Amino acid sequence: MSTAADVAVVAFAQSPCEAKGDGATGGVEMLVPIFAEVFAKTGLTKNDIGFWCSGSSDYLAGRAFSFVQAVDAIGAYPPAMESHVEMDGAWALYEAWVKILTGDAEIALAYGFGKSSAAELNRVLALQLDPYLLAPLWPDATSVAALQARCGIEAGRWSERDMAEVAARSRASAAANNPRAQLRGSTTAAELLTQPYVADPLRENDCAPYSDGAAVVIIAAAHRAGELCARPAWITGFEHRTDTARLGARDPLAAPSAKLAAAAAGLGHQHDRVDVAELHAPFSHQEILLRQALGFGEDVAVNPSGGALCGNPMFAAGLSRIGWAAQAIIAGQADRAVGHATSGPWLQQNLIAVMTGRP
Amino acid sequence: MDEPADGPLRAPLEIGFDYTRSLGPVLGRFLTGLRDRRILGARASDGTWHVPPFEYDPVTHQPPADFAEVGPKGTVITWAWVPSPLAGQPLDRPFAWALILLDGAGTALLHAVDVITPHAIRTGIRVRPRWSTDRVGSIRDIECFEIVGQNGHMEPTLTHDHEVTMLAAPIQLRYEHTAAPGEAIYLRGLAEGRLLGQRCPVCANVYIPARGTCPTDGVPMAETVELAGTGTVTTFCVVNVPYPGQRVQPPYVAAAVLLDGADLAFQQLILGCDASEVHMGMRVRAVWRDRSEWTTSAFNISHFEPSGEPDAPYESYARHL
Repeated sequence: MSTAADVAVVAFAQSPCEAKGDGATGGVEMLVPIFAEVFAKTGLTKNDIGFWCSGSSDYLAGRAFSFVQAVDAIGAYPPAMESHVEMDGAWALYEAWVKILTGDAEIALAYGFGKSSAAELNRVLALQLDPYLLAPLWPDATSVAALQARCGIEAGRWSERDMAEVAARSRASAAANNPRAQLRGSTTAAELLTQPYVADPLRENDCAPYSDGAAVVIIAAAHRAGELCARPAWITGFEHRTDTARLGARDPLAAPSAKLAAAAAGLGHQHDRVDVAELHAPFSHQEILLRQALGFGEDVAVNPSGGALCGNPMFAAGLSRIGWAAQAIIAGQADRAVGHATSGPWLQQNLIAVMTGRP
Repeated sequence: MDEPADGPLRAPLEIGFDYTRSLGPVLGRFLTGLRDRRILGARASDGTWHVPPFEYDPVTHQPPADFAEVGPKGTVITWAWVPSPLAGQPLDRPFAWALILLDGAGTALLHAVDVITPHAIRTGIRVRPRWSTDRVGSIRDIECFEIVGQNGHMEPTLTHDHEVTMLAAPIQLRYEHTAAPGEAIYLRGLAEGRLLGQRCPVCANVYIPARGTCPTDGVPMAETVELAGTGTVTTFCVVNVPYPGQRVQPPYVAAAVLLDGADLAFQQLILGCDASEVHMGMRVRAVWRDRSEWTTSAFNISHFEPSGEPDAPYESYARHL
């Protein structure tokens, strides 16, 4: 059930997305500057944060309890109420949202970080698959996505040109709006289609780059949001759902959990126009699939940030999508915005946050 | 670790571990079948044959009641080309991943198809399993699939008298670990035989190893501080338990050593006396390995040993306990 807007996003920041940053897997160097940024925007200090929640992964970092290192960035003295999810920071934000709804905190900060360059990501991501029958084959994430892309091409749901157009538009959007994107610039679908396949039918530009990066979002209870932000992004619906881990039992051209989450979050009412949607699509065809599943027409501005295709820090890219959608409202560019985060193969898990400019 | 003097310190890190998983009744039956060259499906409440079988029906959430053999031939419903296989994948030469709908099945199985070029595979092509010689009850008991029509014969199914109940899944991962800039100051100091900490600009505490950010205040450290290799044991434990890879014969002492001038103790090995002689307040000093062995590593300090000085008064380290 979506609730009335009891909670709002009041600030967002992301670190530069870099192919290989100088920081350690603990994330501290990426987090300290963006924590300072959201504190400056809101006038808050660390001691005002009632609940902290992070999303990151030990598999990505190659060390146990890697998220504990990141707590240095909090400055956790006096002791802070803190939690962690082995998920994208978007799910950490969900936990923080619940924490505020329960009345345990008034202001919460969620962050996600990942140093994707530390690992062989295509092998690490194989370990998120069914551990009995899929992971022992070490299917790489790019190839698994390619299986889905081909299904869509052969079913006439999209073409390689459609996919290249998503990539080209994303880079142009990033160039216009997102100085912290990793890939930015002007190109055309025709130019991208001359590139070789990395996993036929996927080209490099169809696949989100591996990025080192972090993101942070501060949310506040209704009675505090107004003092922290002139135009908070009120969360009117926040839901997540998941599809089966048995890949071959799924319809590669449907995203049922995305649809379910969207419906539960209150999307789909005709009179509720969506101005901006930030969709977490790690592969170009998945943006098309999500647009189709969520019923977004040409009137919805999709991924003005450039999306994950222009910067994909693992465990922060989903939170960044929600942050960018919220930012469009905070900046007065949108009245209603949707932030989406995904995880797993073929958009297996989907989270939808619906936000408006009016409480 | 070798890098430019001011660049990040990076080093390879390899991790290996085995997951040992119990299979349960459904996956155990499926993998027992693969060991015997049979591919089993389970019928769902809507009549669809799931291959691999489900553990719980997607609609009714009941365990499967009906199992039957499917295939072994099947049809490719989608595929992706792998020009450069990764470690651990079924084939070490270019191949195709495919979702394969086995004859009689309503859901698809993911596996590799052994074709030498992407032109040799297409959606709709017929394939059959190539069985591994050593089958143990694993999805890898199918080495890969191959195009029907290639040379080869159908191998008979077998019967064993024991069921497969466990799966060993070895994991090998490679990383390039980057030391945080603060850690790098500490490690580069060690390479010069120096102990470098950092002072927080807010609380003025000195942390060693240098750590870049103050864990109390969450702000970047401002000042690097060199400390002498002498300090005080604040607390300790005697290690009596042997474990694989242990470098020192138990019993020995792992102690929290508060270096003079530091505000945080760090763990060090205490040698040079009997384990029973180590006590709180004991004064100790660092024993460095031979200079020729120094690298950007904590390995440079062999251990700490008693310095012979009188014990430090309890008040001098009480707040660090």
